Formats: sequence, structure tokens, C-alpha cells
Amino acid sequence: MEVVDIDARAAKLGINWSQVNFDSIQLPPGEDFGIESDDEAVYHDDQSEFDTGFGNIIVVDHLPVVPKEKFEKLEGVVKKIYNQLGVIKENGLWMPVDPDTKMTLGYCFIEFNTPQEAQNAKEKSHGYKLDKSHIFAVNMFDDFDRLMNVREEWEPPQARPYVPGENLQKWLTDDKARDQLVIRSGPDTEVYWNDARQKKPEPVHKRPYWTESYVQWSPLGTYLVTLHKQGAAVWGGADTFTRLMRYQHSMVKLVDFSPGEKYLVTYHSQEPSNPRDASKVEIKVFDVRTGRMMRDFKGSADEFSIGGPGGVAGASWPVFRWAGGKDDKYFAKLSKNTISVYETETFSLIDKKSMKVDNVVDICWSPTDSILSLFVPEQGGGNQPAKVALVQIPSKVELRQKNLFSVSDCKMYWQSSGEYLAVKVDRYTKTKKSTYSGFELFRIKERDIPIEVLELDNKNDKIIAFAWEPKGHRFAVIHGDQPRPDVSFYSMKTTQNTGRVSKLATLKAKQANALFWSPTGKYIILAGLKGFNGQLEFFNVDELETMATAEHFMATDIEWDPTGRYVATAVTSVHEMENGFTIWSFNGIVIYRILKDHFFQLAWRPRPPSFLTAEKEEEIAKNLKKYSKKYEAEDQDVSLLLSEQDREKRKALKDEWEKWVMQWKALHEEEKLARQNLRDGEVSDVEEDEYEAKEVEFEDLIDVTEEIVQESM
Amino acid sequence: MRPILMKGHERPLTFLRYNKDGDLLFSCAKDHTPTLWFADNGERLGTYRGHNGAVWCCDVSRDSSRLITGSADQTAKLWDVKSGKELFTFKFGSPTRSVDFALGDHLAVITTDHFVDRMAAIHVKRIAEDPEDQVSDSVLVLQCPDGKKRINRAVWGPLNQTIVSAGEDTVIRIWDTETGKLLNETNEEVGHKKAITSLCKAADDSHFLTGSHDKTAKLWDMRTLTLIKTYTTGVPVNAVAMSPLLNHVVLGGGQDASAVTTTDHRAGKFEAKFYDKILQEEIGGVKGHFGPINALAFNPDGKSFSSGGEDGYVRLHHFDSDYFNIKI
Repeated sequence: MEVVDIDARAAKLGINWSQVNFDSIQLPPGEDFGIESDDEAVYHDDQSEFDTGFGNIIVVDHLPVVPKEKFEKLEGVVKKIYNQLGVIKENGLWMPVDPDTKMTLGYCFIEFNTPQEAQNAKEKSHGYKLDKSHIFAVNMFDDFDRLMNVREEWEPPQARPYVPGENLQKWLTDDKARDQLVIRSGPDTEVYWNDARQKKPEPVHKRPYWTESYVQWSPLGTYLVTLHKQGAAVWGGADTFTRLMRYQHSMVKLVDFSPGEKYLVTYHSQEPSNPRDASKVEIKVFDVRTGRMMRDFKGSADEFSIGGPGGVAGASWPVFRWAGGKDDKYFAKLSKNTISVYETETFSLIDKKSMKVDNVVDICWSPTDSILSLFVPEQGGGNQPAKVALVQIPSKVELRQKNLFSVSDCKMYWQSSGEYLAVKVDRYTKTKKSTYSGFELFRIKERDIPIEVLELDNKNDKIIAFAWEPKGHRFAVIHGDQPRPDVSFYSMKTTQNTGRVSKLATLKAKQANALFWSPTGKYIILAGLKGFNGQLEFFNVDELETMATAEHFMATDIEWDPTGRYVATAVTSVHEMENGFTIWSFNGIVIYRILKDHFFQLAWRPRPPSFLTAEKEEEIAKNLKKYSKKYEAEDQDVSLLLSEQDREKRKALKDEWEKWVMQWKALHEEEKLARQNLRDGEVSDVEEDEYEAKEVEFEDLIDVTEEIVQESM
Repeated sequence: MRPILMKGHERPLTFLRYNKDGDLLFSCAKDHTPTLWFADNGERLGTYRGHNGAVWCCDVSRDSSRLITGSADQTAKLWDVKSGKELFTFKFGSPTRSVDFALGDHLAVITTDHFVDRMAAIHVKRIAEDPEDQVSDSVLVLQCPDGKKRINRAVWGPLNQTIVSAGEDTVIRIWDTETGKLLNETNEEVGHKKAITSLCKAADDSHFLTGSHDKTAKLWDMRTLTLIKTYTTGVPVNAVAMSPLLNHVVLGGGQDASAVTTTDHRAGKFEAKFYDKILQEEIGGVKGHFGPINALAFNPDGKSFSSGGEDGYVRLHHFDSDYFNIKI
């Protein structure tokens, strides 16, 4: 109750405050009428003091036992060690002494300012070797009760019964061989089957507020990871999405999986309170299945990037790049002048040291092998040439390197099966006023890794996009300065020319600025996003012919499904209107469209690589007719059923409508008289035949001419 | 057929209205002069001069003799259609947003906006046979719970027994004209999610269509206020119309005028979109406006329709014969 209210109430009841003796008021015991006593507030405050407890105290055991004379020296040593790990409170170090012998007892207590510091000091100094015979044993003071209760005799832990897990890959056994996709719009995150036969998505799972920022599939599609304030969580399972594991990392911003999805890397960065400082970065690596944290990395953002603007809050994501292949054996981090390569057996640096490479600016793993490509720009004003090198890990042997002159920038593109590496090199012209581009093509799988230089027909063309054909030997380049650039296709291997790159075709003046190869190769979408407002050209590279041109107006995202059968194009919420997505067939036919306001994200569920051998796949491709018969029949059934259902639905809707209209008509008829009265007796209603159709014959004499026709007989 | 472009207004269109016979078309715009056109060839017949602010709405009497207009100059005016003479001025202390003649043309419902300390309200006025006898007193004044939200449209229900109102507070309300009591209103579940911009009655007063900024249009039973159909489109809906002849509805709209200049003209989607009234499926669209569509009206014969845009043009479309045979 506000004081004003109280006063008003008192005035109403005729109470004069000055005459009231408050002490004489007795409340019934145990009832406070919801009024909190002042004493209670004080009491609460006291409590909070106590709560800080002993959480900030650690106990250090296995200290040397020293006589009185050496006490101060030992104290000094211990202080020195622990001052590095946190701030010791004033008089926070207490080393008890045997009252009889005046010898120390071999342990001490240290009180830190905060429990976090104490925890940190405990973790860092446990096992610290002061000398050979004195290895620190550090415990939290609060843990002492627990430690006291440890039983003297060891008991074998009880074996927990094995609970079989769900089949995490059940979605692959869908009898219609459909693919899943996840979308986020508004507060909802939804997973759908892409049911192209039914021309609509079939819902699998929907959950509002599933994630607090975004969702991501693991690289083999087993898990869906969601981000929360407390950390990340992975979801999956046989039928619905259940939570499989949580990974604690407060305020996690980004996540990344290792390619074999054994490990999850989480990233968090803290904006510094002082804008001149670098932001603080914390990265944790978790084992996906057990949820155990394998290693964490902390430091300022500088340690995780090579400076310069890029990525999130200074560091470019992913900070740790995983070596190719499913083994998840190595991951590398690039920082100033160093490349740190870690291996996952012990989560420590290979050979216990990082590689020193002066001024390295970019590294890239081969997608299949543990080969690292790196780029070092020119130094000393061109005295030292720029360098692209391939390094074998873990041997750190340089497999191949190439020096390049007057280079402004390089970009490395690995082909998906690790056979080729293309390096786009931007070189300065002689005047240093402009740049032109060329490619250095490495053939990794051939002996000595031959390098080939490729220049475009028109050397001065700007390169807008580059993309390798997945698992193939071809690549596509968008180049040109004109508003409508050209698109060229090259092949590393042709029947006439196995060792040389050759141009297949150039398509002139295309409205495209991005390339999207089908995951199975052969087909590519030349997309004009942004400035081109979502122009799409579906192109068959084998036949070098356009299959279809289309437009998804304002499309922002394009993603092929993992099988290369369908493509999703989406307009996300960067645009205000027309949010939603469209599913196309590989040859550019619209299957269906879904409109969703506030559409944020669309992601196909990846599939693990096929278990079929290359020979078997080839055999299937050869006998496709035989295999497809069954599916064609199914398709036909479905389409028949669909049209039948559609007809029925329409009929039902029409019937329902007719019923409504009849009701309306009846009412309308009933009220006819009332309406007439309202119109002062004027009869004509719209539905009554106001216009009477009369047939009027009208003859008009326009002109009369006489013509004499002579009979010619 | 090629649309007829009618250029007579200097500012964005706000409202279009055909007379009952379908030979005259009245247009209102943010310039101050409502304009009369031949509905057949788009020839301009004349203007009604006298308002001193944007004209938001108009209605014409059944016999095409009287015109009522509501304007931002805080008045509603009665006009003689034939001579263009101003007959009477209703003065309100706030802009008038919508006007509608009742069946029989003896009553008119006028809505006024929230202005300074005046709350948005619905006024019912008696319209005298002889303009000499006209008085400005309201027969009935209705107020919505949130008086600060505009009431964008109020129309008469069947037999003048009810008034249907809709506006910025997203709720459609049905009022009793005898008692002034609120009879029915839409709930959050089925109702619109954002401001309702437009409302259009069926010829027989049995149902009506509302368009909203929530990118949908909804069809309602006028007596029970039950939701019958929902039409979803990608853009905010500014104007709606129903074909009196076929089971078609037309939705017009587009992105906010303020955002138009920053994007491609196609980005606005300034189309008049046709939907099948029963199946709720899109049939087609009529492009042409260089700005959002603010007004739509069907000729009572159902053989032509006109649209008015933010660009200041009225486009008059006579349907090709193909239109009448559309099968979906």
C-alpha cells in the first residue's frame, strides 16, 4: 500500500495519525499481514554475508615440513606461486605450525578474493612439482567434508545396465527416401520432410523457442545443435527430436563440428569493458557423445586471429579448422606468425610446439587428407615473394611450394575429394594501380604435385565467383566487369587432354553472381542474388545447355538438398516482404512454395556418405531404367491419389460454400419486405430483374441506290 | 484489355466508389477534390470543390443524387452529385475517416479519428430529404474501448440493424444501432493480427471482407461474425474488393510507402491480386501501379474494376472475355 493510499484510508476512517500509539498495536502471533518487518530485511543482509562461506579457500597439501627459521622463506615461495593464479586476500595465507616442535605441518590454507580464483588456482596448481618429493595436492576447503567421508575400503562400482540408445540415423531409412530440412521463422523452429511427390512439406517436429540464436546440423546429419544462454545442446533420435546431450558454455555464440562429428567446438566472446582492449574469447572442445569437455582455450581475441577486420568480434570463425576425413584427428588454429596444429588423442600440440610461419595469413585443410595449404603474402615491399605451400601433417613436411610475385591477395579452393587445389591469385599490374587475377592449379594426387597456371581469356576480368564441381574434375568461374558477367567452365581432365586444364565453354552476359553446384555434380545453378534480385539459371554442364531459367524474387539463400534432387531458395528476413522458401526440382521446376513471415534460416539435413562402392554406384547408374521402374509406378499412384484428393477437397469446399450461400439467400429473401420499407417502398432490389430484356427491332434506311442490271442474254 | 489510366489527382488515391448503376465512378485522394468519372471510358465529369484536406472516403446514394465525403479537414460534406454543389457540412473536431449511407439513404455512419483530446468515434447522422432541413446532430455516437486507435471503416449491417466497424486495434465489432450496444467482436484467435485497413460488403449484405496489414484478408459472416475464409498474401493489404459476378476477391496493397524508394519497383508487389473466393487460391494478378494500391472497387456489373494507387493514378480495367472462363 502506498503511503498516499494509507493516508486516504485513514482520513476516511477518521484516524488521526498523531494520536495513534504504534507500539500498542499487537498483531496476532505468526501473522504479519504481508508486511515485511524491518528486522527481517537486516537479517537477510547478514545471511548473504555468510553465504560466501569458504568457497574461496583452498587447502594446499604436501608442502615441505620446515623448521621455524625457514618458515618465512616457504611462505614467500607459496605466496609467489599463488599470486600468479589469483589475488590472495590480505592475511589470506595461513600455514599452521606444530606448537611443540615449531615445525610446519606440511599444509596451508589460502583464501582468495573470489571462489572463481580459488577454483582456478586449485585446477592449475594441483600436481605442481615444487621439487622431486613435494608434489602439491590441492583441494577446495569446501570439499573437505566430502573427502573425510571417503571409505577406507575400495568398492567396485556397480555396473549400470546397458540401455540401448535410439537409432540416430533412422531418418535415412525413410521408405520414400525423402530428405529433411529445418527452418526457423518467428519464434518457431520446424523440421519437415521434403515431400516432393505430395508437393508439400510434411511436418516432423515443431517447437517454439527451440534455440536462442540459430540451429545447425552436424556434418553427417546425426544431430541438430541448438544454442542457449547456458550452452549448446544436440538433438536427434529415431522418431522425434529428443535432447541427447548438453554442453555447458555460458553465452555461447557460435558452434562448429569436426567433420566426423566426434567433437563440437563452442565459441564465446566477451566484449571488453574498455574499448581499447581486445575482446575475451573462450573456446571449448567437447566430445559430442559423452559431453565431456576435452580442452578449453581462453585468451584475448588477438590470439585467435591474425588481426584485421573479419568474422565475429575480431576472430574469424571457425577459429579451429579441422583436417579432412572422418577421423577427426587434427585441427589447426591460425594466429600471428604461427600455425598451431593439435591432435585429438591428447588434445595437445603436435610435437608440443606450433609451427612458426612468418606472416602467414590463411590456412586451408584438404577436405580428405591431412594436408594443410597455407598462404604467406609478399613482404619487404616485394623483396620476399609471396608463397603458397602444402604441408603434410603430422610430419610437417612441405610437400610443395610455389613463390608468387607482385601478389595482392590469394584465395584457396579445395576440390571436395581433395584431388585439386585452385589458388586464385590477384596480381598487381605493372603500375600497381589495379589488379588482375589468375589461377594456380595443384594436382594433389599426381606425382610431385604438378602446378599449372591458368589465366582467363581476358586477363583483366574480375573474378566474381569460383566453384569446384563436387567430386568432379570441373570448375566454374564467373568473371567480367560488365553489369552482366560471363560464366566459364573448365575441366582438369578431358578425354583428349588428361594432364592439362581446358576450357569447356563460356556463357556470355549472364545475370549471375553466385554458383551453386549440385552435390552430385553435373548440374549447376547460376544465381543472381542481391543486385540481380534472385535470377536463377539451371544449367546442365555435361550437355552445356540451359535447362530452365526462373526467378525467385529477392532470394537471399540457395541450398541444394544432400542428394542433388531438389533445391531450396529462400527469402530470409533481411527483406521485409515475401519471406519464405521455394523448393525446385534439379531442373528448375517449382515443386512448391511456402510463405512464412520473419523467415530466418533454412538448412537441409546432411546425409552421411554412401556405403556403396564406386563400382556398385556405376552399375546402378547403368541400369537406372530397371531400378526406376518401381519408383515411377509409385509416383504415378501418388499423383493420381493427389488429384483425386484435390478434387474431393475442392468439391467439399464448394459444397460448404453453397450451403452458406443458400442460408444467406433465404435470410435475404425473408428480409425483402423490411428492405422495401426502409427504402420508402421502392421495390427494386438488385437481384430482381431490374433491367428487362426486350427485343427491339430497329430499321434504319441508310441509303438507297438504284442500279440497273442489264440482262445479258 | 488495356487498362484506362485516369490522371486527375495530384496526390495518392484513398478511396473509390461506383454508383449503383455502375456508370459513375467517384474517387477520393489526398488532394482535396473528390472527382467523378464515367465508369465506362474514364472520362472526367467533374470535381467537388470545398474540402480543405485529404478526402478519405465517400459514398453515393442509391439514386445517385447525393454524395457524402469525409475528409481530414474535420468535416463530412453532402453534395449534389449532378451540380457539384455543396449541400451541407457536418463539422467534427477531428478528421473523418469513413462514411457510409444506410439502406434507404436516410442515415449515414461517419467515423472520426482520435485528435488531441477527442477520442475516435462512430457517429450516426440523419440525412434529410430536403437539404434545407438538414441538421448536424448525431442520432447515435459509439466509442471503441481504445479511443486512440483509428476506426478505419464502419458500414451498415443488414436492415440497418447493425453497424460493423474495424480499425487499427485489429478487432471487428458489430454494434446494435437501436441501443448502441456492442453485440459481437472478433477474438484474438481468428481475428486479424495487425491494423485492419479496409472493409468491403457483399451486395446482399450477407458477408464482408476485411484486409489488414498482417498480410491477410478475411471473409466474415455479417450476422454472426464467424470467420469463413482467409486469404494469405505476401504483402500488407490496403484495399479489398469482391466481384459481384464471380466468386473472386481482389486484394491490393504493397509495402509501406516509406520503404518504396529503397527497393526495386517489383519488390513492392504493387499488384491487384485475384483469389478464388471459395478455394482461397490465387488466380492471378494485375500489375501496373508504381506504388502501393490504396483503393479497389468493382463495377456492380462485375465486368470491370478500378484501382487507385499511392502513385496518384486510377486504373480502370475492363475484363477480357477470358476472365469470365477462368478454370482453376
